Amino acid sequence: MEFLGYKRSDGRVGIRNHVLILPTCACGSESCRIVASQVRGAVNIIFNTGCSDVAANTAMSQKVLTGFALNPNVYGVVIIGLGCETVPHKELREKIQALTDKPVVSFGIQEEGGTLKTIEKAVRAARDMAAAAARQPKVPCDISEILMGIECGGSDATSGIASNPAVGVLSDLLVDAGASTMMSETIEFIGGEHVLARRGSTPEIHNQIIQICRDYEEHLAGAGQDCRAGQPTPGNKAGGLSTIDEKSLGCIRKGGTRPVVEVVEQAARPTKKGAIIMDTAGYDISSVTSMVAGGCTVVVFTTGRGTPTGNAIVPVLKVTANRTTYQKMEDNMDVDLSGIIDGELSLEEGGQLLFDEIVEVCNGKMTKAEAYGFSDIAVDHVCRFV
Amino acid sequence: MAIDALIMSPEDNVATCVRDVKKGEAVVYRKGGELCQVEAKEDIPYCHKIALEPMEKNAVVRKYGEMIGKTTMPIEKGCWVSHENIYSVPRDYDSEMI
Repeated sequence: MEFLGYKRSDGRVGIRNHVLILPTCACGSESCRIVASQVRGAVNIIFNTGCSDVAANTAMSQKVLTGFALNPNVYGVVIIGLGCETVPHKELREKIQALTDKPVVSFGIQEEGGTLKTIEKAVRAARDMAAAAARQPKVPCDISEILMGIECGGSDATSGIASNPAVGVLSDLLVDAGASTMMSETIEFIGGEHVLARRGSTPEIHNQIIQICRDYEEHLAGAGQDCRAGQPTPGNKAGGLSTIDEKSLGCIRKGGTRPVVEVVEQAARPTKKGAIIMDTAGYDISSVTSMVAGGCTVVVFTTGRGTPTGNAIVPVLKVTANRTTYQKMEDNMDVDLSGIIDGELSLEEGGQLLFDEIVEVCNGKMTKAEAYGFSDIAVDHVCRFV
Repeated sequence: MAIDALIMSPEDNVATCVRDVKKGEAVVYRKGGELCQVEAKEDIPYCHKIALEPMEKNAVVRKYGEMIGKTTMPIEKGCWVSHENIYSVPRDYDSEMI
């Protein structure tokens, strides 16, 4: 199975060709927004961190910034910094340039003499990059080049019964075709981690899956938080999910049944192909952010109660098996799988339908969140700002 | 015959209602090839669970063939099972390592 994508010099394949306007810190975010609004083909992210952080938070921010820049859906990067942030624009640029030969330029607001002068230079740079990006031809690429992120948010009981297992079928279809899929949200394994761990391709991976759940619980306990107090969320409970265990046993079904070949830390790039697990928060926006930083080029997202979320550089395909939600929020939903609940559609048919839709999205079809230009982002934190 | 609730595994002792169920109604679900029914003892909303057997306090509640929690009070067959009457049991991670 082939699709038309963008071959990058590092061997990976993108399904979009964005120019990314990337802030180093919160102070650069507004300038980035203005630059992206001036240049067709450019997208920006809003970044709420990058300054006054402890080392562990800085490390996470840097993984997200470099991961976004290196994501195969990005053609080139225009960085805007302030000048006194923890990692200045020049340092971030050099770090990215050491890892890729895609075009990367950077500007500092203090250095340039204010936002207007910075924006002027950054718009010119972004315009030239966008013009060059538009000339890059799409070429036939094998579906095995895809790394698909798997996410759920605003879950209700239909998620675990229908949309998640259908996404599990999709994941198995992709893995069988040689592609990779990534499931995350560690806290939403808890209660089902013993089932998920059975998919580990080695005893080490089995135990890693158990361990990340234990570590997550202990981390929250260290902050005086009980993971069972926040999970399930009030929306989940209203949607019929009564315990974290019930939610998790439904959540893990979206990862399919193929062996888990690697467990990666948050925002890290996998080294293996196949079914991957990333250790992230259960907060869907943060989890998608981390998977995109890890190199996912497309995300499938199941929901029961409905959610609008999208990502600046990666299309997010929204799937629900709750017919009422689909009808009420059709403007935000891409695929209706309620036929599975009603017995009109098998899980296998649902999975195949999703597979066909993912191939369409890889070929350029915009998801609804993508067409609206949504660019949600949340960088996970381990500690208060200093 | 229309299905009103779904079980995820034959060992489950709760079923998930796929429509709003009213007190006194027969709730039909499929177990393997067989159609079964249980009378709802109270109104149960869409997506919520109905007890398929009577449960004592601290009984294991099973969905997906796995424990999703234990009961905080006795629950009669046909009653609504929710976060109000079941709780999550802490994990024993050590015993899960191989």
